Amino acid sequence: MIGKRFWSWLAVFVAAVYFIVPLLATMEFSMRMRRGTYSFDAYRSVFADQRFAETFSYSVVMALITIAIGALLIVPTAYWVRLRMPYLRPVVEFVTLLPLVVPAIVIIFGYLRLYNSSSWLPLTNTDMGANALLVFGFMTMSLPYMYRAVDTAMRTIDVAVLTEAAESLGARWPTILFRCIFPNVLTGVLSGAFITFAIAVGEYTMPSLLNRPAFGPYLALIGANKAYEPPALAMIAFAMTWVSIILINITTRLQKGAAGAR
Amino acid sequence: MSYLELSHVQKSFGPVKVVHDFNMSIEEGEFVSFLGPSGCGKTTVLRMIAGFENPTGGTIKIGGVDQANLKPNRRNIGMVFQAYALFPNMTVAENVAFGLKVAGASKPDIEARVKEMLDLIHLGHLAERYPYQMSGGQQQRVALARALANKPKVLLLDEPLSALDAKIRVSLREEIRAIQRKLGITTIFVTHDQEEALSISDRIVVMNAGIADQIGTPSDIYNRPATRFVAGFVGTLNILEAKVENRDAATVRVAGRSITIPPANLNGAGDGAAITVALRPEALSLSKSPSSDVALDGRVTSVNFLGSVIRTRMDVEGQQVSFDMFNNPGLQPPQIGDIATAHFKASDVLVIPN
Amino acid sequence: MAATQPLLNRRLITDWLGIAPFALFAIMFLIAPTVYLVSGAFLDPNGNLTLRNLVDLFQPNILAAYIISIKISAASAIGGAIIGFALAAAISLGSLPAWVRSAVLTFCGVASNFAGVPLAFAFLATLGRLGLVTIILRDVFGFNLYATGFNLLSFLGLTLTYMYFQIPLMVLIVTPALDGLKREWSEAASVLGATPWQYWRMVVIPILWPSVFGTLLLLFANAFGAVATAVALTGSSLNIVPIVLFAQIRGDVLHNPNLGYAVAFGMVVITGISNFIYIWLRMRAERWQK
Ligand SMILES: Nc1ncnc2c1ncn2[C@@H]1O[C@H](COP(=O)(O)OP(=O)(O)OP(=O)(O)O)[C@@H](O)[C@H]1O
Ligand SMILES: [Mg+2]
Repeated sequence: MIGKRFWSWLAVFVAAVYFIVPLLATMEFSMRMRRGTYSFDAYRSVFADQRFAETFSYSVVMALITIAIGALLIVPTAYWVRLRMPYLRPVVEFVTLLPLVVPAIVIIFGYLRLYNSSSWLPLTNTDMGANALLVFGFMTMSLPYMYRAVDTAMRTIDVAVLTEAAESLGARWPTILFRCIFPNVLTGVLSGAFITFAIAVGEYTMPSLLNRPAFGPYLALIGANKAYEPPALAMIAFAMTWVSIILINITTRLQKGAAGAR
Repeated sequence: MSYLELSHVQKSFGPVKVVHDFNMSIEEGEFVSFLGPSGCGKTTVLRMIAGFENPTGGTIKIGGVDQANLKPNRRNIGMVFQAYALFPNMTVAENVAFGLKVAGASKPDIEARVKEMLDLIHLGHLAERYPYQMSGGQQQRVALARALANKPKVLLLDEPLSALDAKIRVSLREEIRAIQRKLGITTIFVTHDQEEALSISDRIVVMNAGIADQIGTPSDIYNRPATRFVAGFVGTLNILEAKVENRDAATVRVAGRSITIPPANLNGAGDGAAITVALRPEALSLSKSPSSDVALDGRVTSVNFLGSVIRTRMDVEGQQVSFDMFNNPGLQPPQIGDIATAHFKASDVLVIPN
Repeated sequence: MAATQPLLNRRLITDWLGIAPFALFAIMFLIAPTVYLVSGAFLDPNGNLTLRNLVDLFQPNILAAYIISIKISAASAIGGAIIGFALAAAISLGSLPAWVRSAVLTFCGVASNFAGVPLAFAFLATLGRLGLVTIILRDVFGFNLYATGFNLLSFLGLTLTYMYFQIPLMVLIVTPALDGLKREWSEAASVLGATPWQYWRMVVIPILWPSVFGTLLLLFANAFGAVATAVALTGSSLNIVPIVLFAQIRGDVLHNPNLGYAVAFGMVVITGISNFIYIWLRMRAERWQK
């Protein structure tokens, strides 16, 4: 018994060292900017750089658009498949898992070949087109998580019964979808949304290959050219990850609470 | 010298003492039930016998050998858990073979013994099934076979039937008892179902808050409860407050009248002492029989139809008395609000030590 | 019968209309791009069927990229799986206080998502030439890490970095499987005379190996497709597949677009195989988790 607990503490301790030391080192490095003393100059410099705000807000906007379109696409689809075409479920699930199999860099490679300036749908020609491609790329990457989260939420509310109840009250399907289904799977949508957000804001490969002024490529650029700002940015990114994970935890707990209360 | 002996066994979890001075001895081949409400420490005592918990005090001996320094895997005890606990990755046959395999038995021996065990529980035809392919009752029988395969010295069953539905519970408890008789294995059976305990045990230990309140045969426990707790827990007793009127004449005053009970039932309570008397529902009757010698008048407050019996509750001078009568379609049962008379024999009155 | 036929068809049409937007999206932005690349891998520049591109994958620099990629992915997956499993076992079975468990799980949720460019920055600040650990080792312990041939931009460095998200992923996936081990199983085994080691060998390992091995493959695929960390950490100095592909997309460094498709196809094959085995093993593992 004593032995077991000892080894457990040891494992936790070793892991804690491996995980915490890089954070401490990053923090320390990010404060070295002023010679001979620790300061937050690097953070000041990061926030003073206009491109930080520009690229970050660009990425946030793209992420929000991705979330909105993704939810509008996935919630009705998951609902429809559950309600009307359960025989399609394996196929749809397979498709939603595909992005785990095909790496992002391969997907974006395909976009660049299919939708380039000389193709039938030259999306890369215009900024709007490239932005759209980026959004679709983010949607693809977040598909496994978003679909899973929404589908799980639907399982807990039993959409068929809810729909029948609404229909018996004379509701039409847009009403059913937006007034009954969406609010009930909101927590699922939310937890999918936070994952999507985390993926989209930090993503490097896709925006970089599409030449979009996004946060990920900006980070890489800073990394190549500056010394103290990169660790400061890493700390900021880490803090943002914390926040989104905490938000995910809160929403999933709400979801469980809602499911438990039924 | 008994086969299994627990003397002054105690157990605390941190500051909380869950088993106080627990003493009992079990003869070889005996079937003993632990009966008690949830949280009274039945599982804890069992787990100490199996070796999963170390007693904070006292000794446990099996066949005269102190078990204190023996790990669970050296005690040769069979255990059946409430949630079956079959190994999910093994077939029925592999589950039953597990103990033999780790003991290093030869292949033919294992096969023969597994077959013997599966025949014993009548599941020979399911030997190749996995646990998730079987019903709860079947799984529990496999668990029993697995526990018995190594010929353990003692068999411990911790509420083995409580996850099953009522019908299976009855048939399986009889099967367990029959197998136990056949093998003559010393067995402790934990339950909080009094009917279960009464129907299959040689002796019953009624536990309350970490103490063995009474140890005795089923009829002892039912007919001569030693404490008020036992009286209340085993069966549904009518408890009435009473006073000793005259100790030598063995008269007590109950519900406004004086009755004479067998002197031995008084347990030495003196004149004027406040005592508690108990009457089983089946000792009371609405009709006067030749042997009944006491009558209580009261107002009927509820009538419950339970199938073969009708349970009637009435208020006798502020004390609740309930009694059972057989359902007789030809007779009109009492109505709520009726004034009725309940008859009983004074010799059926139990006096509970306070 | 004849009367219900059109009705049925109409219902079928609405059914398919309902799923049409998703189907269109999936075909245009997931399936078509993949199919395009995969088929491109089997064509020569003139559009004729060929296996030439696949054979060309075995030219030394591409083969080397695959080998080093596979080595890094395998090493970080195995290392991550072993350490992650130990950590998961510690918090699930180690009778540690409850707060340790929830702290570890929450942290793992964060760390498994802390990848890409920022992770590279963090490790540069730790084990780079001016990183804190490098400096402390040099100034306090008199140990010059870089004199031993260590380089963060190498196999070892990248493996160490990838493990930062591999370990947490392992913990997050395997902890539920370990929690699924019932206490009664170990108790039943021990009253039946088994030693702890026999219990692990005969019960725990058979129950857990599908999830552990499956997760190992998932970690492998995860590392194999990771681009950003590698690019940000090493620029283009390390010859691994995602970087080769990245450079190829940017500027056709292989001077043969179809060879580029073949490189992408090779990636899909490798991540695909590992993911499918992972999913298959998970389904197997769930059989017992009822
Ligand atoms: N490991 C433990 N740590 C702390 N307290 C415990 C532990 N195990 C049991 N207890 C406490 O000891 C008391 C007796 O528990 P035990 O499981 O023996 O009850 P029981 O009679 O078997 O009840 P039930 O009929 O519900 O199974 C309970 O109050 C329980 O909360
Ligand atoms: Mg118990």
